[in-house]
Amino acid sequence: MIAGRTFHSRLIVGTGKYPSHAVMAQAHEASGADMVTVAVRRVNISDRSKESLLDYIDTERMFILPNTAGCYTADDAIRTARLGREAGLSNWVKLEVIGDERTLFPDNEALIEATRVLVKEGFVVLPYTNDDPVACRKLEDAGAAAVMPLGAPIGSGLGIQNANNIRIIREFSRVPVIVDAGVGTASDAALAMELGADGVLMNTAIAGAEHPVVMAEAMRHAVLAGRLAWLAGRIPRRMYATASSPLQGVIGT
Amino acid sequence: MVITLNGERFELDQPISLAGLLARLEIDPRRVAVEHNLAIVKRQTYPEVVIDEGDTVEIVNFVGGG
Repeated sequence: MIAGRTFHSRLIVGTGKYPSHAVMAQAHEASGADMVTVAVRRVNISDRSKESLLDYIDTERMFILPNTAGCYTADDAIRTARLGREAGLSNWVKLEVIGDERTLFPDNEALIEATRVLVKEGFVVLPYTNDDPVACRKLEDAGAAAVMPLGAPIGSGLGIQNANNIRIIREFSRVPVIVDAGVGTASDAALAMELGADGVLMNTAIAGAEHPVVMAEAMRHAVLAGRLAWLAGRIPRRMYATASSPLQGVIGT
Repeated sequence: MVITLNGERFELDQPISLAGLLARLEIDPRRVAVEHNLAIVKRQTYPEVVIDEGDTVEIVNFVGGG
């Protein structure tokens, strides 16, 4: 549940970098997700032949979350968010303000500023942020409906680099925590959920897999498994063995 | 007259409504969002908004992204 809206899946998937729109549609189906991210870009004026992305998204079932990917200033991100709202069906935005080209790490200062502005304008803001508990708290104070800390750089597939921070962010936050970016394979998604994340957002891990549809299904299971493990409460880690079988009644003693 | 359309120079014979410009570009207005001189244009006002000399127009749509 984010900003009063209930989703049936804790997995949010992207729409970029798939081998084809048809494969994307199949992967979306296999993922079980009911929220997908999209980017806002200039229409190609000279070549209008390209088919529309929206033709391949079941908008009855899927909630569309426009992003502000590629924006390097708060102003550009705010403009993009407004355009996304006008092009789409909702006032939700995945807010990205990038601060560095090579790592695509967020510019937290600009991100917080843009969050504040967009919240005032009535947006439901889901900011993509560093795995920094203090930044997450500031975003929450600025009115973010959820916080979306990265597990690792976008598209890197490195998995959760600072599990401890994700755990602390979960402990601090009063809004949902969605681990966004860095997932490479199913165990990464499961780990994010085991750390207490409320959801996981991924694009490249599925779209870039050798078999995107199969990976999408793996991610569906991983998110479910991780969530259940979190709810179940794992056993503490110990240095040494504790026997599973009774110590009494062993023959030959 | 010249306008800036999606960051590029674009020539028009005379001022034109936004709806007219979209029709000329063969763009379905239901699939895009438009910014005119940095302000968002509400879809229902496309027929009334006039694009004039020196204006800046951004026409965007949704593409694949994460």
